[in-house]
Amino acid sequence: MSRRLWHFHGGLHLAAHKDESMREEVLPTRLPSRLVLPLQQHIGEPAEPVVTVGEQVLKGQVVARAHGYVSAPVHASSSGTVVAIEERPVAHPSGLSAPCIVIETDGREKWRRRESRIDDFTALDPSELRNRIREAGIVGLGGAGFPAFIKLNPGTAKVKTLILNGAECEPYITCDAMLMRQRPREIVEGLRIMRHALQAERCLIGIEDNKPRAIEALRQALAEAGLGDVEVVAVPTRYPAGGEKQLIKVLTGQEVPSHGLPLNIGVVCHNVGTAAAVYRAIAVGEPLLSRVVTVTGRGVSRPRNLEVLIGTPIGALLAECGPERGDLDRLIMGGPMMGFALHTDEAPVVKTTNCILAATHEDVVPDRPALPCIRCGECTRVCPVDLLPQQLYWHARAKDFDKVQDYNLFDCIECGCCAYVCPSHLPLVQYYRFAKTEIWAKEREKEKADIARRRHEFRQARLEREKAEREARHRQKREALAKDKSKGKGADQAAEQSKKAAIKEAMERAKAKRAAAGVTPKNTENLSEEQRRQIEQAEARRKANARPGDDDNAARVSDKESE
Amino acid sequence: MKFLDTPSSPHVHPAGGVTQVMLRVIYALVPGLVAYVYFFGWGVVINIVIAAVVSLGAEALMLALRRRPLRPFLTDASALVTAMLLGASLPPLAPWWLVTIAALFAIVVAKHLYGGLGYNPFNPAMVGYAVVLISFPREMTAWLPPHLPDVTSLGFVDTLRYSLLGHLPKGLNLDAVTMATPLDAMKTQLGLDKTVGEIVAGSPVFGALAGKGWEWINGLYLAGGLWLIQRRVITWQIPAGMLGSLFLLALFFYVGDPGAHASPLFELFSGAAMLGAFFIATDPVSAATTPRGRLYYGAGIGVLTFVIRTWGGYPDGVAFAVLLMNMAAPTIDYYTQPRVFGHGKE
Repeated sequence: MSRRLWHFHGGLHLAAHKDESMREEVLPTRLPSRLVLPLQQHIGEPAEPVVTVGEQVLKGQVVARAHGYVSAPVHASSSGTVVAIEERPVAHPSGLSAPCIVIETDGREKWRRRESRIDDFTALDPSELRNRIREAGIVGLGGAGFPAFIKLNPGTAKVKTLILNGAECEPYITCDAMLMRQRPREIVEGLRIMRHALQAERCLIGIEDNKPRAIEALRQALAEAGLGDVEVVAVPTRYPAGGEKQLIKVLTGQEVPSHGLPLNIGVVCHNVGTAAAVYRAIAVGEPLLSRVVTVTGRGVSRPRNLEVLIGTPIGALLAECGPERGDLDRLIMGGPMMGFALHTDEAPVVKTTNCILAATHEDVVPDRPALPCIRCGECTRVCPVDLLPQQLYWHARAKDFDKVQDYNLFDCIECGCCAYVCPSHLPLVQYYRFAKTEIWAKEREKEKADIARRRHEFRQARLEREKAEREARHRQKREALAKDKSKGKGADQAAEQSKKAAIKEAMERAKAKRAAAGVTPKNTENLSEEQRRQIEQAEARRKANARPGDDDNAARVSDKESE
Repeated sequence: MKFLDTPSSPHVHPAGGVTQVMLRVIYALVPGLVAYVYFFGWGVVINIVIAAVVSLGAEALMLALRRRPLRPFLTDASALVTAMLLGASLPPLAPWWLVTIAALFAIVVAKHLYGGLGYNPFNPAMVGYAVVLISFPREMTAWLPPHLPDVTSLGFVDTLRYSLLGHLPKGLNLDAVTMATPLDAMKTQLGLDKTVGEIVAGSPVFGALAGKGWEWINGLYLAGGLWLIQRRVITWQIPAGMLGSLFLLALFFYVGDPGAHASPLFELFSGAAMLGAFFIATDPVSAATTPRGRLYYGAGIGVLTFVIRTWGGYPDGVAFAVLLMNMAAPTIDYYTQPRVFGHGKE
């Protein structure tokens, strides 16, 4: 079968170091006394604990549920007692701790009621399949850890090609290769389920051509399953052929647009391990409780692959691979090109842990002093994304974050090819990570500032509006009042005039009546001069004696004022 | 188990580094230099030794003045490469001070005043060479004829004495022992309206392809350069650009008037064409760095070399061509950025 393959720029031929860990069959590890389950083992929101300290849990029981859409639940990988929900050291480049659920195992491996097995998944709606896969806590097992059900939901897009990624291009790592060799049927059945969920037109399985046995095993399993239309493609061994975008390019000739998704070009890509996990979730009814992990490097005497329960402390895992050698230089989670050095072996195996590399000086190169960049351009030559790593380096170093984005920093996949070949031993990837983090931090800050500004502006606008409204109300009131007043004045005058007129009329009428009747005037009328004077004098006297207190008060007040 | 030291990825690297790059350049220079010594005498070795001592001394002094660590920078062998390129460029019979000035200028001014290794915008060796070429034209034209049985040549002691004390053996003066280079002879006599055929027939310095001896030296530089490409020390673009454009331009004029223009092969195997294409123009620090940019950069050097050789004031133009294109390198890089993965076909 000769199929046309495409080429991606750059890349490296690296010493594989894969044989060392492929001499033994994959075996399950011993049950550790404690399992440490980080709440975040995936991309997205951390899961939310649904158990309490002291609670008994069964194997397969949900201990933390997905929080939000981009999230995944966490299950107890064995039965036992929850002894703590607290921050524990986890596998992270920063060496920081993160919230974990700690389970003391009871050794009984007692299962909760399993999900029903689904024998005919084709009868199920794709959305029902996705729900099952989501509830099983399955995330991308290739290393990124993106919740798998989201990548099985094409929405309105049409999926032309479903690709299973079994390239496994990083040196030392062999967990996918061993899985393909030993459990090809699970992968093929998983592929069938995924294909149904995506309604994909065609399927390809890409494997680097240095794994002939894996290729053979999968081809045989496909033939047995009657999936003759699914093609296993041997791709040239060249790091990083297993990078999602690189593998898609090699297999289809198409490039995933910058800042885009494979779905944009009608492609969905899943890791072979994820496919096997999907099979177990649907056909066996088992959530994701364990995975295959490669333990290798010259730091262990018995390098091999193990089926490891999620949450197993790495120290316990190493102990199963023979006595450690004294000259261990570093413990790497992942491969030597993209993996990160662990701060402690207490960190647990998580869903995305594909390899533990116990490296001595023979495996890895100790940090060497960096010399200035001599602009040799070797980095440009090996960059699989066709970036100019050297320009990125200069601008990242100068903290010129606009320039560094002009040179497409965010297209960098951090594969490490540039830093690998750099004759000046510059930690180039480190510079790019630094620049990315700084830019993200700046953007977050800007976002925050924008929100604050918008809120301030909104508040200002509201205050202005309220003020304007208040003023308008007052004005209205004033106007209404003024109108009322002017209207009221006229009425009063008219009323007064009519009153006066009425009084006048009445007096005149009375006068006329008196005149007509000849009525005698009252005794106060027609008084003599003497009588009037006497009356006035009496009145004056009475006034003078009437309110003596008033005068006292007045005097006191005046005293006070003079003080 | 805790780990205090957690280095960042990648955790593996191939052996080698800047020092290995520089050493490989030196190894690749050796065959051409051996031929140079064979044809032009011990002066070449004396020049290289003086240039090396002065370069390393100046490097150490500048590093100390700049408070930089001595060991990593002295052992990177970059100063040694500069010294060897100067030794390969200067006339074999040169007074010690000429070599010293060139080396001092290269290391102190062209390299360290601009920030040292990795920061110099101009090729240090070519800056040193250009300074003495402009300042001391008489000494810089003291080229010897190729060492051939019928020509008197100076031994090691005589050459050393001339270099250090400025004395030639009794009965000899400078004009008697020196002779124009093939490029110089060609240029001067073309200016006197002679045809290429007459010039080549009339002078003993011309060989089958180009100048006697020079064709061998250039051929061996070519071989060393190809080895450097094979070892991935340099990329093919700059030599291809430079030699390609030089060849095509020469061919164009040669076809137009073979009597008035030397053959394209004469241009390629004369003077510093091969040395320039594989060892000088490819100095990574001062060259363009994008793949396409390197092709243009090399082509620019080839064009300028031809222009200076044909119409300029100097018989060879590689040094000036390189320096001029050094200036253009950042602009070339800016306009020749590769299409990034996923950014749409151009």
